[in-house]
Amino acid sequence: MIPDLARPALRPSKGVIAPAIEVSGLEKRFGAVVAVAGLDFVVPRDRTVALLGPNGAGKTTTIAMLLGLLEPDRGTIRLLGHEMPKSRYSVLPRVNFSSPYLDLPLRLTVRQNLRVYADLYGLEEPAQRIKQLAAMLDLDDLLDRPVGKLSAGQKTRVHLAKALINDPELLFLDEPTASLDPDSADRLRGHLERWRAARGATIFLASHNMAEVERLADEVLLMKQGRLIDRGSPHELLARYGRRTLEEVFLDVARNRRQW
Amino acid sequence: MSRSRPLLLSLRRIRAIFRRHAYLVFASWPRLLELVYWPAVQMTLWGYLTLFLQQESSLVARASGLFLSAVLLWDTLFRGQLGVAICFLEEMYARHLAHLFVSPLRPFELLIAVFAISLVRVLIGVGGAALLAVPLFGFVLPQALGWALVPFFAVLVMFGWAIGLIIVGLVLRLGLAAESLAWGAIFFLQPISGVYYPIQTLPSFVQPLAWCLPSAAIFEGMRTVLVQGRFDPQLFLWAIAMLALWLVGGALTFLALFRSARRLGLLMQVGE
Repeated sequence: MIPDLARPALRPSKGVIAPAIEVSGLEKRFGAVVAVAGLDFVVPRDRTVALLGPNGAGKTTTIAMLLGLLEPDRGTIRLLGHEMPKSRYSVLPRVNFSSPYLDLPLRLTVRQNLRVYADLYGLEEPAQRIKQLAAMLDLDDLLDRPVGKLSAGQKTRVHLAKALINDPELLFLDEPTASLDPDSADRLRGHLERWRAARGATIFLASHNMAEVERLADEVLLMKQGRLIDRGSPHELLARYGRRTLEEVFLDVARNRRQW
Repeated sequence: MSRSRPLLLSLRRIRAIFRRHAYLVFASWPRLLELVYWPAVQMTLWGYLTLFLQQESSLVARASGLFLSAVLLWDTLFRGQLGVAICFLEEMYARHLAHLFVSPLRPFELLIAVFAISLVRVLIGVGGAALLAVPLFGFVLPQALGWALVPFFAVLVMFGWAIGLIIVGLVLRLGLAAESLAWGAIFFLQPISGVYYPIQTLPSFVQPLAWCLPSAAIFEGMRTVLVQGRFDPQLFLWAIAMLALWLVGGALTFLALFRSARRLGLLMQVGE
């Protein structure tokens, strides 16, 4: 049975708290290419939701529109109950983002970078927050080294520290463990799990790493050619597709082994 | 964790961006040296040319600071523009702009910070060259121009910011392929700004174009101070009027190009 794709990803807890993300009729074209073709979905708070799909499915475009980096052609976006991009300055202090396709200034030290972001997010006690993050992400020995001198794994931890500097209610992650070796990736996922468990935040992540999605995500949104084609918890998807791993589900989607 | 309330204008966010660029400038002596190097080379060249011409020309003999003042004020304009452009280019080289645009930083806070760091760069670069002119040529810029130096300096720096905004908008829209504009575009204005000669020297059909530039009125005003020993308020008011138009035009152009870049998804892609 095809699920109702516009329903909340997971039912929000009782009360009037707005969902973390509400997207309705979202569309984006680049010339003749349809990048996103009418997305509707709701992500309740305190969940980890993964956006999954083959290259060119529209995942990064979707995240860029959610963050206000890209203007949609049609549709509405609400983050934490506020309309984007109209109310972006009410929302952005409570949100953060990390992507391997973006960097931090390489010649600045880790501490300098984090200090800049602590000020951008208006933290009252930046030194204390940097200390907390350094302890949490094993960055103590790296704080006074330029970001450009760090290994890929170390840089990714620094990027995560930047993304957590404001203790966001909603964290966007675009391929958080891309280019990391399995050990570094596993450690990073551990950091994320512990932070989310302690903070109770919402994580919205795009990933190609199926093991990562199975481990982190409460719910998966499957995208293909700009459309949301399926959704469900990893267990629901495995059952629906009759597969043992999400990777097999992904291949079914990517190779058109199933009709939607 | 405590977090201050969202403000319309946050000095802390402005300070954050200022700090980000100040870390770069002050952490590296080659960068500091580079700021002073070209203004000093230009000043030295024109200083010796002045010494030579003083033997040949009564005008230059009467106003020995003409070329030195001109080169230092031109560098004020050039460095003001470059300071704005470099700040954005640094973010693009670092693939960092998108991080800033998803932070609570507002565009005008970013611009205020960038203008402030541009001012610091001008003061270091042009100030360093002006200081060097004292022992080399016995030329003291504040003494030559008097209090008029302050308004001349202010108009030229702000005109540089206005041009910088247009260039940054173009680089955001066209990508780093357009980065050479940051270094060269302003030199298109140099011949018609009358930096080293009066505007009336230009062909008559170019003169109306020249008067659309605040820099033309400032360099004319500079010559009036140095040759006639008086400050021409009319020229200065004209410069202010043109500056206002350029600042509004620069800001609107930047916003239009920024929105276009956002619509086309270019803000995520900028980088080397």
